[in-house]
Formats: sequence, structure tokens, C-alpha cells
Amino acid sequence: MFRFIVRRLLLLIPTLFGLSILLFVWLHRLPGGPETAILGERGTPEMRAQIRRSLGLDEPLLMQYGRFMKRLLQLDLGTSISTKREVTTEFIQRFPGTVELTITAMVIAIGVGIPLGYLAARRSGSILDHASVGGSLLGTCIPIFFLAYVLKAVFAEWLGWFPAIGRQDSSIDATHPTNFFVLDGLLTREWDAAADAIWHLILPGLALASIPFAILVRITRASVLEVLGEDFVRTAEAKGLTERVVRRRHVLRNAMLPVATSIGLLTGLLLSGAVLTETVFGFSGIGLFLYEAISNRDYPVLQGFILLIAVIFTLVNLAVDVSYSLIDPRVRVR
Amino acid sequence: MALLDVEDLSVTFRRRGQRTVHAVDGVSFSVDAGEVVALVGESGCGKSVTSLALMGLLPRRGAQVGGSANFDGTELLALDQRSMRDIRGKDVAMIFQDPLSSLNPVIPIGIQVTEVLVRHRGMSGDAARKEAANLLDRVGIPDPRRRLKEYPHQLSGGMRQRALIAIAVACQPRLLIADEPTTALDVTIQAQILELLKELVRDSNTALIMITHDLGVVAGMCDMINVLYAGRVVESARRKELFAAPRHPYTVGLLRSIPRLDVGRGEKLTPIRGSVRDVLPWSEGCAFAPRCDRRIDASIGEPPPMVPTHTGHSYRCVNPVPVEEKA
Ligand SMILES: Nc1ncnc2c1ncn2[C@@H]1O[C@H](COP(=O)(O)OP(=O)(O)O)[C@@H](O)[C@H]1O
Ligand SMILES: [Mg+2]
Repeated sequence: MFRFIVRRLLLLIPTLFGLSILLFVWLHRLPGGPETAILGERGTPEMRAQIRRSLGLDEPLLMQYGRFMKRLLQLDLGTSISTKREVTTEFIQRFPGTVELTITAMVIAIGVGIPLGYLAARRSGSILDHASVGGSLLGTCIPIFFLAYVLKAVFAEWLGWFPAIGRQDSSIDATHPTNFFVLDGLLTREWDAAADAIWHLILPGLALASIPFAILVRITRASVLEVLGEDFVRTAEAKGLTERVVRRRHVLRNAMLPVATSIGLLTGLLLSGAVLTETVFGFSGIGLFLYEAISNRDYPVLQGFILLIAVIFTLVNLAVDVSYSLIDPRVRVR
Repeated sequence: MALLDVEDLSVTFRRRGQRTVHAVDGVSFSVDAGEVVALVGESGCGKSVTSLALMGLLPRRGAQVGGSANFDGTELLALDQRSMRDIRGKDVAMIFQDPLSSLNPVIPIGIQVTEVLVRHRGMSGDAARKEAANLLDRVGIPDPRRRLKEYPHQLSGGMRQRALIAIAVACQPRLLIADEPTTALDVTIQAQILELLKELVRDSNTALIMITHDLGVVAGMCDMINVLYAGRVVESARRKELFAAPRHPYTVGLLRSIPRLDVGRGEKLTPIRGSVRDVLPWSEGCAFAPRCDRRIDASIGEPPPMVPTHTGHSYRCVNPVPVEEKA
């Protein structure tokens, strides 16, 4: 187990190396550059050249990459061109927002998706079954940003039940020791701050939950249907066990194995894929910041954030694999 | 009165968009306490469906059950789910064909044994674990304490089947149904498992319904043998009589297809020609007629009745094999 984890972590090094090269080439081939973002269309060629020089963008690409790698080895991701702050600082400040959003979305998707998928399987062929399969299909078809706009328009702007943008109301003067706003509110006993942060999470959480919800409904349904037909469920019935024990111990436990894997994968995807939702809701996480960094051609931010996201994605997947081997005794990681 | 009396049991599968299947079509047999009764027949003849019907384990949708199954005064086929759950695993227990898929892969063997003890014998905690270890020991699993903590994939095929047997006998059932318990196992292991079953039912006076497609399996352990074909009993006799003087051509065919050590006399292994799919519906004559060498005009037209003899031997054939012409 320990060797498995170490090997996977070592494998991360060449992956990141390759990714950094791809990123570097891709970014520098994008039309325009930070100077355009800073100066707009008006800047004179001299001014543009000067900015490029001051950012070191006039050197050959290989030199630039060499400098980037040298700093990276010292765990320094450079400074944001637009905010002039360290990329790592920006990340540490914004990542908690995305984590909170992802957790909210997964809680919604798991809390509703799994029970619904389970019921659909138990009553396969019923109206509930058809409705949940149809609904989950719809969930995967609707583009996230469309859903996000609709939710915002209806529940925030029209009905006014939820706030439309941000992570916390600006009138609340909360302290943020960890940048996890909900956690901060609880730690500092500023209950209203925590409640307000949760309030801000609901609509973007719902929007972000749509795809994992749809996927979980279908995976749970398929998995439960498969397990219900297994011989060991018949054995459990032949023992005369109560329906409750048969369901919990024999059906659900086994049916949850593939569901657990997909929960891990979906979480990884959400962590890295909240860009659209965060943008619509002006929710300050890494997604929104990345979106701005792209329009600003903020190379250090783009490089640093994407590499960090790759690291986190790998770590989440590693955690999934390890925990999977803990739930399923047949799987032994080597 | 017998412990179990099955009268005219029938199971019909009806599914929208699918052909109606008469899987079991009027099967009758009885089992006395401590008796070993065999249901023998080729795959697809309705053996498993018969046993699942007795256990109340047929799919709730699409399966229609008729007839009666009287278990010590209780009509099994009329019981509601709740009462059936009280009987299953306690008074009537079952062992299945494939020991690997019949055990839950993600739960230790121990829990799979103790859960029946908890359910039916009101045991808990240490007492249940202790009894589970005793049970594993009784079915010949070495080092039972360690095995309790292991998972099914860590046991060999024979050990898994022993564990399933331990689960089945955990509550000292009065009736045990074994559905092809050795089919998935190696020949040497087969013999051991059969020996174990024989011993267990002898010691505890448990009645056993032994289901198999192989007459060889029951040659050494049965009191009564019922041969099934296409959902009906075609021959029923005490073991010795059936082996000595089979009357139904299908039974003769089954006997000829047993591999035997004393084949030296030029007798060859001959499988029955044709396949189970070449059946006639029973309503139009003998279902075996299309594959039968002794078929006569009377075989076709109306269903052959069960012919009783004075020795309790009965067969469903209009042109039975003469007694002298031994198989
Ligand atoms: N759930 C089911 N739905 C429809 N047909 C079934 C079902 N289970 C069994 N059958 C049919 O019933 C017949 C008897 O099956 P079975 O009792 O399993 O045979 P075997 O004697 O090999 O155990 C077969 O033709 C089989 O296809
Ligand atoms: Mg069968």
C-alpha cells in the first residue's frame, strides 16, 4: 500500500513536467499577450515592447521555460501580472472557495442522486424509475452555464430567495483565518457569517451538482439492479434475513462500490471544473480567477493554477483508489 | 404423514413480450423426516425452479405458482413474505450451485455465518462468533477462528461450499435443499462434499432434497429418486429399484450417460441423443418422444399418465423398458 502511494506520487513528476511544457507552448501561442490586456488596443508598439521586456517575454521561449522551471524547483510559481501578488498566495486564498462549492455540489448530488437511483432500481419500470432516468438524462444535456443563469434569474433576481453573486454579503465583517468561509464562521463563532456563506453556496452548488447528480442517479440505479440479481442476494434471502438486513448489508454495500469510484472521479472533475458556475455567480474561487487570468493573459497564474489543479486532481484520485481498496477486500493495491 | 408433501406443483413464467414458460408442470413428491430424496434431470427441466418455489424465492413479478407444498402442516405456497422469512434459513435451508457467487464478496465469512444465528437463534456477539466457529469446524474447515475473519475470495472452492453448508445447517433445519451443490467443484472435492452432506443429514435426522443432473452423484446417498423431464416427474422409485430396473427410456438414457469404472464389458458411455430443446408440449403427448427410441403411436396425442406399480415405483410411459432388459 505504502509503495503503491509512493509510486503514484513519483509518477506525478513526469506528468507535471510534460504538462508544463504543453502549457507553456500553448499559452505563448495564444494571440495577444499581457501587454494587450494591460494597454488595450491603444498602446504604441514601443510601449508594448517595453512591457514585454519587463516581463521577460522578449527572450527565446526556451530561456523563459528554463527560468520558469528553475523557480518551480524552488516551489516558486511567480507573480501574477494583473494582481502583482504571488501565484501561490492567490491560489491559497481562492482554492477554499472552490472546495466549498464542490463539497456543496457533491452533498446535493449524493444526497439526492443515490437515494433516487436506489428507489428507481427497486421499482424498476415504475413511473418513478422512468422519471428519474429521464431527469438524469436532462441533467447531462443542459449546459451548466444555462442552468446557472436560469437559477440565478429565477431564485435570486426574480424571487430574491438567494443572493445572486459572491461568497458572502459585503455588509458582513467576518474574519477569515482559513478562507473556508463556512468553516471560518464556525471557528470564530460568527454564526451569521457562516449562515450567509452557506446561503451563497446554494444556487451555484445546485448548478454545479446537475451533472454529478445525473451520473450518480444512473450509476446507482444500474448498480443496484445488477446486485439485486446476484446469487449472494438470493443466499441472503434464503437465510430468511429481514428485508432491512438484506438491503443494507447485501444489496447496498455491494451496489455502492462502483458508485464510490465515480464519486471520487466526479469530485476531482468538479474541483477543476467550476469555472462556468463561478463565473456566472461571481463566486470567488479558482474558476473565476482562471477565467479572468485567461482574458488578461496572465501567464504565471495560468501556468501555476493549472499545474496545482493537476496535482490536486491526482491526489484526489489517489485517495479514491486507496479508499476503494479499503471498501472492497478483493482489491489489493500493489 | 411426510415432512414435506408437494402436490401438483406448477410454475409458469409470464412476461410481457415473452413466451409463456411452463417451467414446472405438475410435480408431486414427498420427503419424510431424515429421508434423502433426489430430483434428477438435465439442465432446464425445472429442478431449480421447483426448489425456489418451495423456498418462496421466485421473482415476485412474472412467476405464477400453483399446487401445494405442505411442510409439516404449513402450506408453504400460501405463506406471506414475513412468515416465509421466519421459516427460511431456520426450518428449511438451501445450498446453491456456485459457492463463489453465492457468498457476499465484501463481507467476512464470519458475519455471513453469524447473521443467521442472530436472525433465527437470537444469538449475539461472542456467543454467535463461537457458534459460527463450531459450525465451520463441523463442516471440516480447518482453523475456523481465522477463517471467520477472511473473505470468500480467500477460500478455495471446496471451502466456500463448506461455508455455505455451515450457513445452511446453522439452525438445524428440518429440511435441507441442495441445488447441484457439487456441480461447480472438482471431482475429488465433489466426493468430499457429498460425504459431508450425507454425514450431516444422518447425524441430525435432517431431510434432504438433493438436486442434480448427474445420477452418479446420488447413486450412493439417496432413498428415493424422482426423475424430471420438461417440468414433470417421469419416473419415481426407490434408489435400488431405479438403478436395477429403470422403466422410463429417459431414465435409462441418464443411467447410460453416467461415467462408470466398470465399463470394461464393452458398454459405452452414450449420451441421450437430441437436446432438451426438442420437446413436445406435455399436452400433445410425451415430451420426451422426439428423442426417444421406444416411441410408439400412443406416445403422441395425449399426455402419458403416471403408471404406479405395487412396489411404489411409478413411471410416465406408454411403452416402458421391460424389466429384464437391464440398462
Ligand atoms: N426467472 C425466469 N424467467 C423465465 N423463465 C425461467 C426463469 N427461471 C427459469 N426459467 C425457465 O424455467 C426452466 C427451468 O429452469 P431451471 O429450474 O433453472 O432448470 P434446472 O433444472 O436446470 O435447474 C428453464 O426453461 C428456464 O429457462
Ligand atoms: Mg438449476
